[in-house]
Amino acid sequence: MKPTREDLIEFVCREARLIDEKRFEDWYELFADDGVYWVPLSADQPDGIDHESLAYEDKLLLKLRIERLKSPRAFSQQPPSRCLHVLQRPEVDAMDEPGNRYTTRTAYVYVETRGESQQLYACTAFHTLCVIDGALRIRVKRVNLLNADAALPSIQLFP
Amino acid sequence: MSRYREHPDAVAALVQDDQVHRDVYIDQEIFDLEMERLWADTWIYVGHDSQVPNAGDYFTTDIAGKPVILVRQEDRSVRVLMNRCAHKGAKLVTLTHGNTGKFFRCPYHAWAYNVDGSIRAIPLREGYDGTRMQACAAGEGMVSLRNVETYRGFVFVRLSQSGPGLREYFGESLSSIDNMADRSPLGELEIAGGVLRYLHDCNWKMFVENLNDTMHPMVAHESSAGTAKRLWEGQPPGTPKPMAIEQFVPFASDYAFFDDMGVRVFENGHGYTGVNFSIHSSYSSIPGYEDMMVAAYGKERAHDILATARHNTVYYPSLTIKGAIQAIRVARPLGPDKTVIESWTFRLKGAPEELLRRTITYSRLINSPMSVVGHDDLHAYRSIQEGLRAQGNEWVSLHRDFRPEEIGQKDAIHRGNSEVSMRNQFRAWRKYMTSGSANR
Repeated sequence: MKPTREDLIEFVCREARLIDEKRFEDWYELFADDGVYWVPLSADQPDGIDHESLAYEDKLLLKLRIERLKSPRAFSQQPPSRCLHVLQRPEVDAMDEPGNRYTTRTAYVYVETRGESQQLYACTAFHTLCVIDGALRIRVKRVNLLNADAALPSIQLFP
Repeated sequence: MSRYREHPDAVAALVQDDQVHRDVYIDQEIFDLEMERLWADTWIYVGHDSQVPNAGDYFTTDIAGKPVILVRQEDRSVRVLMNRCAHKGAKLVTLTHGNTGKFFRCPYHAWAYNVDGSIRAIPLREGYDGTRMQACAAGEGMVSLRNVETYRGFVFVRLSQSGPGLREYFGESLSSIDNMADRSPLGELEIAGGVLRYLHDCNWKMFVENLNDTMHPMVAHESSAGTAKRLWEGQPPGTPKPMAIEQFVPFASDYAFFDDMGVRVFENGHGYTGVNFSIHSSYSSIPGYEDMMVAAYGKERAHDILATARHNTVYYPSLTIKGAIQAIRVARPLGPDKTVIESWTFRLKGAPEELLRRTITYSRLINSPMSVVGHDDLHAYRSIQEGLRAQGNEWVSLHRDFRPEEIGQKDAIHRGNSEVSMRNQFRAWRKYMTSGSANR
């Protein structure tokens, strides 16, 4: 499979939609086996290993998060959180077919609500994608929150 | 009308031997008095001196609602200055950290101060000739706090002029800071990795109490730690245990585990769980680290240091530490139902970097605003904040394993599931809320 620009853009939009619709198991399948979902503490942070992050999740940790959300004893989900990614059109930054590396940048507003409260975050997602078995998969989804350095309340879903 | 400010008896009556009145968590006047009394007459954590390694380096924070600057001096000592221009009150620096060079300069009228807070220059100074300015507070420069003490790099202040000294106040509980620092082959710690700041819409005491609350993990964290345990059990035998699993799963331990851990309490509200062992005891060893420790300390001493794996130590009221994992959490109260919890991580100087990575992983998994463990803790605290408004019961029970003979004990070990650490904190609370300098 040779992804087109349109394929990449569609992938990023669908990925956000799966989260918004709480189809977390379908979302999980979009990640490569070594895929990472990463919300760093600063926009210029080089890695999630030697520096703290809000989230730095491999597939095991994503699985844990998704399984937990199903638990009747996930008390912080009573009432449950809901979210919406209001996306700008994703921009394709790189299409490196020989290297099997495709990158996009997507600006968006992330809204997470729970009961009476609503949080808004201005975000930029950087997707690093690859083709595995004929389908696009996520190597890294990096989400820069514009206010990642502020004291933040609980963020319970996936910005 | 004031119910508490002029009535020390009413404040004292909020804390009984085995229960406390809800006003300690929800009342604005009590919160204000806490900041004026408890948080002024005791030793409050400011920062670690490794955050300001060079002369002119500074770090800013708020202590009991007051803006302060921790700053390194030319002579290598550190000072804590009020972050306020002596002239009209502007904060002199508004970044969280930086280097100010040889002086602070006010961005409003350019009054300049040496890093010890003394006045260096004032524009058109002759305009003050013949005025009283020099004899007033304005003429004294920035306020430099008199009671600043550093213990193994941890910088504390006592805002009040009078009160106990640092060693007297913390006593033997300082052994937990020693254990964290001694885990470095060089005996030194360094803040590294950045700070997680988690906004809690609850009273600061709910957070502090929770750190020695051993009866909640298996309940509140069933959905996270319990799920981690189940996921791990489903793995084929021989799969290497990921660090995250190693860190999550012990939270799902049973009542007997936490009871056997033990809790030790000290005078003035301090204490720690994990007297005998803790949820941190069974972490895999880091290659090369033990050999470095043995080389630095000798076999016996290195073993003693590493076998001490305390759970949480509370330095009442502001600082909580995990020596075994080199992470600290600092309570910065903003209001009766608003607190920022800062989580800082440390590098053990001279030890493999893998230890810092382990610390960073732990802190992210447990202390981040995106932590699945943190979510359920904060949910519980917020539920208390709201539930306490209920009618018919104005008291919070701390009765578990209460025995009258524990009153007055200055250093005692109890079963881990006892609520003694919370009773002990409130005894200190009552003491400093009713007999401190503000009431003298």
